[in-house]
Amino acid sequence: MKSTGRDKIVWTIISILVLVYALFPVASILATSFKAPGDLTNGSFLPSPGLATLDNYEQILVGDAQGLFLSALWNSIGISLIATFIAVVLATLCAYAIARLDFPGKKIILTTALAVSIFPVISIVTPLFNLWRTIGLYDTWLGLIIPYLSLTLPISIWTLAAFFRQIPWELEQAAQVDGATTWQAFRKAIVPLAAPGVFTTAIIAFFIAWNDFVYGISLTSTEAARPVPAALAFFTGASQFESPTGAISAAAIIVTIPVVLLVLLFQRQIVSGLTQGAVKG
Amino acid sequence: MASITLKNLVKKYGDGFPAVNDISIDIEDGEFIILVGPSGCGKSTLLRMIVGLEDITSGDLYINDERVNSKAPRDRNLAMVFQNYALYPHLTVYENIAFPLRLAKGKHSEEEVERLVTGAAATLELTDHLQRKPANLSGGQRQRVAMGRAIVRQADAFLFDEPLSNLDAKLRGQMRSEISQMQRRLGTTSVYVTHDQTEAMTLGDRVAVLKKGELQQIASPRELYEQPVNLFVAGFIGSPSMNFLPATIENGKLQTALGALDIPADRAAKAEGRKVVLVGVRPEFFEDAKLVDEAKKPHGSTFNATLTHTEWLGNEQYGYINFDPSPEVRELLNNLARDMDADELRPQVVVTLDAASRIRGGRESEIWLDTRKLHLFDAETGENLTRDADAGAALTAEANEERAEELASARESDRAMDRNSGSSDNGDGTGTSGGSHAVAG
Repeated sequence: MKSTGRDKIVWTIISILVLVYALFPVASILATSFKAPGDLTNGSFLPSPGLATLDNYEQILVGDAQGLFLSALWNSIGISLIATFIAVVLATLCAYAIARLDFPGKKIILTTALAVSIFPVISIVTPLFNLWRTIGLYDTWLGLIIPYLSLTLPISIWTLAAFFRQIPWELEQAAQVDGATTWQAFRKAIVPLAAPGVFTTAIIAFFIAWNDFVYGISLTSTEAARPVPAALAFFTGASQFESPTGAISAAAIIVTIPVVLLVLLFQRQIVSGLTQGAVKG
Repeated sequence: MASITLKNLVKKYGDGFPAVNDISIDIEDGEFIILVGPSGCGKSTLLRMIVGLEDITSGDLYINDERVNSKAPRDRNLAMVFQNYALYPHLTVYENIAFPLRLAKGKHSEEEVERLVTGAAATLELTDHLQRKPANLSGGQRQRVAMGRAIVRQADAFLFDEPLSNLDAKLRGQMRSEISQMQRRLGTTSVYVTHDQTEAMTLGDRVAVLKKGELQQIASPRELYEQPVNLFVAGFIGSPSMNFLPATIENGKLQTALGALDIPADRAAKAEGRKVVLVGVRPEFFEDAKLVDEAKKPHGSTFNATLTHTEWLGNEQYGYINFDPSPEVRELLNNLARDMDADELRPQVVVTLDAASRIRGGRESEIWLDTRKLHLFDAETGENLTRDADAGAALTAEANEERAEELASARESDRAMDRNSGSSDNGDGTGTSGGSHAVAG
């Protein structure tokens, strides 16, 4: 298909519309994060001229809300990374077995993984709250990592199994004939091919854990384990008449940054990983 | 350089089904052996047992008189070309070929790797593509890279697992002759698996025909063609394949669906006492009676038949005669067809006629049949009753001599090339590059 000048214009317009639709909320939050408390209701998109301020960032990073935000950030990063790591390791082993070996119950494992992710988070969280309090996992990192695994494992197993299935295993045999040990064959022929898939899965799992709100707010009560999405709900203004919108916006921008960075840095791997898994699974 | 000995090899899978059943083959140093058979006959399994990717259930495998049953693939020093090439997609062509050298840590210096890889690449005309990734190559080029990986190190033997089945017909013919020439030049023992009988006939010093995990016959292509041991081998080798006609013997004459045929008395004697035999006739044993030399005519038998249609191919033409077999014979033919991977064997005789013949379909015509060469098969066991084992052995011995001669002359020209090396870079194979480039485009 040849794209004429008119086609190009039409596509450009459509792209701009989609971009505006998708990015407007982000831009709005970004603009709000620079507004002073008194300027929040100025009725315009941008802060009033001369009143743009970094106060909100100062407040959450070094000011009053520092304790609330920085510890939450630390919790979020730690919990999400650990949950991602465990999910990817377990899912890799599981998907490797599913793709490579023929054993009874293969279908059941995949179906179970899918079934687990069917239950709405909100229906599990109340019983979990009671259970966690009884056995002492309430308001701990482990108390969040375990439910996060239930969210990240199923999708990780499914993506990785689909990805592993399309790796030609003859490569491993070819490497062995070429003189490699079993371990060398795995490391030199299979790992380089599996890496993009594992990587994509890790990023998806990280996002899921990073974005969770329901578990985060229900299963924590203090700074010991509260992640950022939950912590944002506890922001207060300087007085009860002042809304904390600016600070919340600033915090929202800060937690978005790692996600944006990850996607920008690894977008090629993500795309190739997703399409490979999708097309050939 | 190595000899490979297979002694009563058996492979049984979990359900006890023998995929390979009691196969013994002696492969001499420098020999090119073909394993051929319909799909599911165990030929690939046998190859994978030799290379070590499948366990051996029972029996012994010797490489250079050393038992290697329990050795890992990497300790057997064999090189294998896989059906789908198994190239490493994340490595360049150069690194793909260098892969086996890099695994043998410390054995090769960087300069040596470079020399060996560029040498192999030059042999296979890959020099221009060394820095590309396999995904950007055409099928024929990928095939060459896979071969390059095999020849780059001093492997004891090459194993090929249907290496040409993913190529189009034209490229297949070209690669076939390249493999054959390369094997002669290197003089490396080779085992080649294929289901294509043309590849088997043209490449092999000896061809092993397998059926359902059992070795039917191993012999030179000519022996297989002229002195097959049984119905299966006779039907599998040759294209168009051998015609099988049910017949009874009365007074030294063969009563077939095509009419009564006179056959030599010694042949008829072999079928003595059997009610029904199957007559195996290759299409080229037939000829238009009008075009047969008067001197030759007495060696055969003439009959009248109506051809349904003819196909003129330029150098020759095929004619088709239908016949109506009895139900038992039909059953027999269908079983045979199943063994050979075909759906059904039509009760039809294919005859090859001279291109000048004016015989056309629909008219009754006189056809001559050379009865000296036809074979009689037992209708139940499929055994060839008229096989001349001595003549067959002589054919294979002849092929062995030819092979020894070819290897010697290849070595001789190699030595000559070494003497004035430097000018030998683009000596061989340049004539074929046109074809591969056309496909690459």
